[in-house]
Amino acid sequence: MSTLSRTDVSHLAHLARLAVTDEELDLFAGQLAAVLDAVAQVGKAAVEDVTPTTHAVPMTNVARPDVARPCLPRDVVLAGAPAAEDGRFRVPRILGEEA
Amino acid sequence: MSTPLTSLNVDELQAALADGATSVDITKAYLDRIAAIDGELGAYLHVDPEAALARAAEIDAGDKTGLAGVPVALKDVVVTEGVPTTSGSKILEGWTPPYDATVAARLKAAGTVLLGKTNMDEFAMGSSTENSAYRVTRNPWDPERIPGGSSGGSSAAVAGGLAPWAIGTDTGGSIRQPAAVTGLVGHKPTYGSVSRYGLIAFSSSLDQAGPMARTVLDAALLHEAIGGHDPLDSTSIDAPVPVLAESARRGADGDLSGMTVGVVRELGGEGHREGYEPGVLDSFTAAVARLESMGAEVREVSCPAFDLALAAYYLIAPSEASSNLARFDGVRYGLRVGDDGSRDLDEVMALTREQGFGPEVKRRIILGTYALSSGYYEAYYGQAQKVRTLISRDFSAAFGTPDDKGIDVLVSPTTPTVAFPLGARVDDPIAMYAADLCTLPASLAGVPAISVPCGLSEGLPVGFQIMAPALADDRCYRVAAALEAALTSDRGDRGFLDQLATRAATQEGAA
Repeated sequence: MSTLSRTDVSHLAHLARLAVTDEELDLFAGQLAAVLDAVAQVGKAAVEDVTPTTHAVPMTNVARPDVARPCLPRDVVLAGAPAAEDGRFRVPRILGEEA
Repeated sequence: MSTPLTSLNVDELQAALADGATSVDITKAYLDRIAAIDGELGAYLHVDPEAALARAAEIDAGDKTGLAGVPVALKDVVVTEGVPTTSGSKILEGWTPPYDATVAARLKAAGTVLLGKTNMDEFAMGSSTENSAYRVTRNPWDPERIPGGSSGGSSAAVAGGLAPWAIGTDTGGSIRQPAAVTGLVGHKPTYGSVSRYGLIAFSSSLDQAGPMARTVLDAALLHEAIGGHDPLDSTSIDAPVPVLAESARRGADGDLSGMTVGVVRELGGEGHREGYEPGVLDSFTAAVARLESMGAEVREVSCPAFDLALAAYYLIAPSEASSNLARFDGVRYGLRVGDDGSRDLDEVMALTREQGFGPEVKRRIILGTYALSSGYYEAYYGQAQKVRTLISRDFSAAFGTPDDKGIDVLVSPTTPTVAFPLGARVDDPIAMYAADLCTLPASLAGVPAISVPCGLSEGLPVGFQIMAPALADDRCYRVAAALEAALTSDRGDRGFLDQLATRAATQEGAA
């Protein structure tokens, strides 16, 4: 088991697309180290031959009849978007200047 | 003077409606109380009096059967068509959903009147509602204390007489713990028995919606209205809803002979009392004795893996949350920050999420991202899933098999302490998480569990938790109703609402 440094938290925040501030990094690193200490106790369990549970109820594949159903009208969906243009979601650029 | 409409239980409201009372009168009585009190209490995030009254008038004009005309409040995690829904987060501020969650649709079809959307910890992460991005919610029993969480707006609304009942959601205890600390009945149904369609997802393998009410019978009536198979939820169980209201009525007869009750040692028993208040344990022990006096056979049961429930839960839930909350990317709905033409998508996404999420949500996303990352997955997330299996095995061993009958229900305190003061645990995540100690095992195993009031400690409510095998929700209602009826008859008053009213009157008199 390991602990979480300020650098680790900064890297994880980047992976999770969170532009955290320096103050948050200081706060979270300490708090998350304490939380990680507590949750690391799962390591104590004797789990040889124990299968993991992903869901509380047995999962079976569920399919619906292959029949077309109406979906939400486009204008209704776009009305909730932060930016829309020409009947589509408008997004910030996805490629850098050099591309 | 007649009893005010806002202090009637729902079964009494139904009788009043059948007897000529109008939904407009009842709805208006609640709206008046909300207008008078909610500025201070903070139970609601959104109330639209005109819409509620128009809806009530529409119901009054038609046939009033079943729940038609009865007002209801919904936790703001439930998506409602045309009604703002935020899940307690700034990232969804101002969003108006284009569809109804199945729970909301079923209550609408039953003719209920939506009073409003209740406050909650952001994305249901918390045990005090202090993680709401919008406002503080106070406990009607003591305004300086927490109403529990994450369904704290729902608990405060119902306990404070601002709704006759409400929908909450429970991922690790978020229905049961707020119900316990406000003197209400709250039930987490068997996982998969109430549709998750349209609940803003936190931890999909754990999330369940359920009823919060003043009485066990009311909770059963609300549960019956929302439960049952839903083809829109792939984890929905295709089985009939057990008969719940009838089980509650039968339980109130007070005969528990033939029923075996297991007291979980690991949840407040010998050697496991650290963090539990003596007043909570005394109240719990007295309630167990009361069950015995009604004919139940009581024995202690050991569930060793429950000791690791907290650790397993705070790996599994953040891991699922880090994945579920990836949908808040500032593209399709909600907030977008920094889109000034100079920044690319990744930067805008990171700025949006930084500004839109509060500290607890960020902590959990970071923790979940870590637990799922290559190199740590097996030691954390994988190991937690195996502990989850061990917890389910402890439940199975206790409940036995049809051939080798074990105990019928397991019981424990709902939460180790009474409502704690506002602010007491906000800077200490581990202390906050400890509020869920007793409720987590049933969440991880997917089994049903109810919290029913069992007394007061230092003048504040204590909750009694009853856990049953999957799909045996009826047992929770039966035993809870027996305890409720016994305690009501012992006290000689109608229940906790009377005690709360007395307390409020005393406080006002003193002020």
